[in-house]
Parts: sequence; C-alpha cells; structure tokens
Amino acid sequence: MIAQEGIMAEALSKEKIREIIAKRAAKEFKDGDVVTLGIGLPTEVTKYIPEDIDVMFQSENGLLGVGKDQKGNDIDTRVINAGGGYVETRHGACFYDSQMAFIMMRGGHIDATVLGALQADSEGNLANWSVPGKFTPGMGGAMDLVVGAKKVIVVMEHTSKGQTKIVEKCDLPLTASGEVNLIITERCVFRVDFDENHNSRGLILEEINPVFTVNDIKACTGAPFRVSKDLKEMDI
Amino acid sequence: MPDEGVCAKINIGIFYIKKDFKAKVAKLISIKEAINLIKDSSTVMIGGFLSCGTPDKLIDELACRGTKNLTVISNDTSFPDVDKGKLIVNKQVKKLIASHIGTNPETGRQMSAGELEVELTPMGSLMERIRAKGAGLGGVLTPTGVGTTIADGKKVYELDNKKYLFEKPISADFALIYGTKADKFGNISYFGTTRNCNTVMATAADVVIVQADEIVDCLDPNEVVVPGIFVDYIVARDESPAKSLNKVLEAEK
Repeated sequence: MIAQEGIMAEALSKEKIREIIAKRAAKEFKDGDVVTLGIGLPTEVTKYIPEDIDVMFQSENGLLGVGKDQKGNDIDTRVINAGGGYVETRHGACFYDSQMAFIMMRGGHIDATVLGALQADSEGNLANWSVPGKFTPGMGGAMDLVVGAKKVIVVMEHTSKGQTKIVEKCDLPLTASGEVNLIITERCVFRVDFDENHNSRGLILEEINPVFTVNDIKACTGAPFRVSKDLKEMDI
Repeated sequence: MPDEGVCAKINIGIFYIKKDFKAKVAKLISIKEAINLIKDSSTVMIGGFLSCGTPDKLIDELACRGTKNLTVISNDTSFPDVDKGKLIVNKQVKKLIASHIGTNPETGRQMSAGELEVELTPMGSLMERIRAKGAGLGGVLTPTGVGTTIADGKKVYELDNKKYLFEKPISADFALIYGTKADKFGNISYFGTTRNCNTVMATAADVVIVQADEIVDCLDPNEVVVPGIFVDYIVARDESPAKSLNKVLEAEK
C-alpha cells in the first residue's frame, strides 16, 4: 500500500487525478438529465459533458439551467450558483425559491447528483459533512439531495494521506444512510448494489484504471468487494 | 399632487392610496423605524442565500443598533464583513438556526468557544420547518437525516416501509426579507436567484418587513411571487426620495 502510494504520486498529479475522476463521472449522464453538483471536484464534471448530450444543472439556491460564469465589468449579483459564484442562465432556465428547489431535490425529481466525500462505505453510506472535533461548516442541502436524487454518484480520491476513503462502515458522521449508487475514484469505479439474494448491499468493482490490478485495488480499499463478471477498463 | 388621502407620513416622504380603497395596505416605513420594532432577545428570520437576496440595509441598521441576544434563523451567516455576518461578528446573536456556516469563520469560532449556540439543520428541512409554521402544520415528516446524527432525539416514523424524521415548525417574531420590487399592498416580485428563503420566511413570522430595491404603486398580478397579505411593513433599500418615492407618485398619475 505504501509502495502503491509512491507509484501513484509519480504517475498521477493532483490535477490528473481530478481530471480522471471528473471525466469518468461526466459519462454517467444521459441526454436530458437534470443534475445537481456538489462544490469542488464535482463542479469540474461540467468540463467533460459529452457534446452529443444536453444536461441541465440545478442549483439549490433557486436556478435550474445554470450557465457559464459571469465575466466582465457588468456582473449582475442577483444571479448566483450554490457556491456563491455569479453565473449566467442557459436556454430554458428558470428561477424559483428554496422550497421549490428542495421539492425538486428531496422529491425525486433530480436525475443524478455528484458529490464529494470524506468516506463512503460498502452499504452505500456517505459521510461528507462533519469530522468530530473539527469545525463543521454544515450540511447545507447535501442531506436532502442525497436522499432524494435518483442516482447518487460519489467522486473522491481513492485515498487521503495514505488512508483509504472506501471503508466497510463509515466511522465519520453520515450524510445519508444507504443512498450511494456509484463511487468513482482515480483508480476504479464501484457500484453499490444488493447481492444476488437481495440480502445485503455491497461493492462491485465495475471498472478499473489500467494502471492498476485488482490486487492493487484490494490493497488500497478498506472494504471487501466483488469483481464484476464484466470488469472493464475505466472509460477515461 | 393627486387628490388622494395620506396613508402614512414618514421621514422619507408621503405614500398615497386612493381614499375609497379598503384593502389592507402594507405600511411604508423607514429602515430606522423598522429596526426600532426589534427588541433584545427577539427571534428574527433573515432571508437570503449568502449575500444574494439579503435585506442588507435592514441588517446594517440592526448591526448598528446593537440589539442583543437575538435568535437568528437564516440559511447561512454570509461573510464576516457583510449583511448577516455582521450580526455574528458584533456578538448580537445568542442562538443560530442555519444550514451552512462555512463562509463565516467567526460563526465557527464562536460556536467552538461556546459563545454561540448553533443548530445546524439540513437546508431542505429548515425550509419545510418554516413552511410548516406558515402553513399552519404541526410539523414535517422528512426522509432527510434518517440514520444520521440529525435524527438524535427526534421521533422516527415508518410509513410504507420508509423511515421519516419528525421535524418541528419554526416560527419567529420578525422576518426581515428582500424584494426586488414591492407595491403598496405588500406584493413582492423577484429578479434572478434572490427569492431563495425570502418567500417562505414571509409566511412564518409575526411581523414581516420587506426591504425592496424598488417600490411601485401596484405590481402586475402576474409578477407577484409573495402575496401582500403576508407583509406588514415595506422599507426602501435606497431611502433617497428620488429613488423610491417618485416611482410611486409617477405611477399614481
């Protein structure tokens, strides 16, 4: 695992890691999807949306159809995204209040969400809002979004400071319980799904970055997983 | 000058309504008069998402006045040097109910030091709790927070094999909200993403004060987002008569 970290550092810069993850996540969307993104790495997904599909981005502060960042001297401060950035609206956009935003998010009207994580586990639990003993900025709309979105995609680096972020059971405070569908890292893609008997949820290795072997993934993952019969190279 | 009765005479000018008009009219008052209403230990809802759609001049006056021991209900505490953030920096807030405080390090510092009680609530649950009060409901059943620390001490109900948390309504003595345009009936319209939690907060406080960028005689009914029946007082963001009142008078002619 330590050796693996060494190879990793040489092979992939931070920028490259983020690019791999964002590129792969962007392939999860279908034409016409409505998507809500978390702040940070998830936002980079917008750079890699395939040209042949049209995706509408929703922002919890009251905008469906987020456009480009506003630039120049004539910025209208009355149009922002959930990160506080001044944005344009795109063709077909609409504004609404926070209640309507959460009717969309909690009510099952958002096709997919992409969120960062501190930890994700084999039961589909997600921890991304709080570390005990450290300052907690708050969950904002993340808890509502994760319980409500049709597909929950977690994007994160596979490890942090040499520690795996994919665990058997999250020990950090949860954002939501059993809601994650897909975990995308720079090393692989895990699907979270029930076993054949529908008894319990677990991780299924669906795709792997060709730089790594299945054994490498085992060494840097803190939870057991099954390997899909159709294991593919990560499409990046 | 139109031949009409005086509705309210205040230090920024005169607001006219037709003599024969019986409908409820929101009172146009000054920012100072509005903030005079708020006493120490009041519970105050404040609209806005970060600084967007925030009644900044009302908050500035509240910060200037130094009203203490406030319970503030807002989505966030903005940034230290602007609007909602100033109330935190001034230590005017005893308790805060919000969904996100990460943009204002001083909120976190006071929380860690035990100087400020903070109740972090998922944003969707916060909105629905406010709406419950406004809509006369006894609470909300939401799947948000089930299986997390947010559920601690709260009742969980299982309905049709799905678990829901029971969340209580939130009310306030005052709501300070933003409007892009307001008319003398208290109707409000919005531009861009400024609606955010202003609309729901208008329904849930005993006294609702809207700070409007522009005050007009009467909005097109198609434009109205917050019906005027929820609004008690209107203040003009820019209190210079040229900006606020002339438009009303022009419309009257």
